[in-house]
Amino acid sequence: MTKIIYIEHSGQKHEIDVANGLTVMEGAVQNNVPGIDADCGGGMSCATCHVYVKEDWFPKLPNKETGEDDMLDQAYEPKANSRLSCQITVSDELNGLIVHLPEKQV
Amino acid sequence: MIKTDALIIGAGPTGLFCAHQLGIIGLKCEIVDNLDKIGGQCIELYPDKPIYDIPAIPECTGEELTNNLIEQIKPFNINFHLSDRVQEIKKEKENWRVKTLNGKEFLTPNIVIAGGVGSFEPRKFPTKSADKFDGKTVLYSIKDKKIFKDKSVVIFGGGDSALDWAIELSKSSKVTLIHRRDEFRGAQSSVDKVKELQKNNILEIFTKYSIKDVNGNGKLESVEIKDDEGNSKLISADYVLGFFGLIMQLGPILDWGLNIDKKTIPVNTETFETNKQGIFAIGDICTYPGKLKLILSGFHEGALAARGCFKYARPDEKLRFEFTTTSKAVQNRLGLKND
Repeated sequence: MTKIIYIEHSGQKHEIDVANGLTVMEGAVQNNVPGIDADCGGGMSCATCHVYVKEDWFPKLPNKETGEDDMLDQAYEPKANSRLSCQITVSDELNGLIVHLPEKQV
Repeated sequence: MIKTDALIIGAGPTGLFCAHQLGIIGLKCEIVDNLDKIGGQCIELYPDKPIYDIPAIPECTGEELTNNLIEQIKPFNINFHLSDRVQEIKKEKENWRVKTLNGKEFLTPNIVIAGGVGSFEPRKFPTKSADKFDGKTVLYSIKDKKIFKDKSVVIFGGGDSALDWAIELSKSSKVTLIHRRDEFRGAQSSVDKVKELQKNNILEIFTKYSIKDVNGNGKLESVEIKDDEGNSKLISADYVLGFFGLIMQLGPILDWGLNIDKKTIPVNTETFETNKQGIFAIGDICTYPGKLKLILSGFHEGALAARGCFKYARPDEKLRFEFTTTSKAVQNRLGLKND
């Protein structure tokens, strides 16, 4: 289990233990963290699991897959530290990862 | 007004196969979809991506699946109402009166919602100030390009729509193209073309910028853009265009009095009827214990919903279960010649 910290736009914080191998998106959806829609179910085909990764964590994540930035172009208010949470696989190295959720997904 | 046995909302694989199943049992249907083409998510989100879990089809793309389904329902001559959206429904005795955004009306005892995750709508600017110009000078699609002649047009986006319109409109308008990063995701030939136009001072490009605000008192005057460091720039504009792709929204379905659970509609698993009599939900939009969001599940749900429609469409008849391999009646419906 790896601790992932989701912070809603309102500031509400959710510390969730997520099993390694799941994605940050699945960790949120399975634990009813509001603010991640994941309409396409993790297929990198929509942009509704968009998160802002806390700046100091951003460079520690594995690089984006081809196509992820193309989808992020279509997200709500993408920024330099934007990622699709379905593309971040949870592992021991991510223990304590902080992601901020956007104001909305659609 | 169109009278039919069932109205299907959504022309994705689930809706298409449900139409097939309705045809097999001798019911007529019409299909409405918000997109301008048939296929739903398969066509809009992943036409080229291979799918590996359609029974008996080891591998096919979203586009191939759609084309095969269209082929399969050909015998039933089903009418499609594309680029339209069901807006309003009203119960009238045994029927539902259905109105669409484009003003079409249907009278039907059955509505089958096969709407996926909702209808595709363009993603809009996040800035509230853009709302008051929405549909007038802040636009997300182009119906008549003549309105831009000799005007200042600011285009946001990095995909093919943004690039193609930047190229096209730069012939007779002052175009500024703005994108949030240096890479464009549109076709390389279009990227090369806009860069050439930029070099020749025919259009301007600002990358690593996004929208901050639109200004104007009554009439749009300018748009303010910002970079990641918070620096901003003011660009005068008569029109602002945004091409950020499509998002999916449930839209008017939320207003029909249906039970909704996290953007999905609970159904019974015998007929896939919702809490409203004569309204069924199938595919990604429905939920029940054990629900899997798979195309194959949508097919199963469509087959049962079609049988559920029968009792309202033919209240005085009893539905006979028949196989396509052996039933003369079914084979007639399929247009096959019997010896």
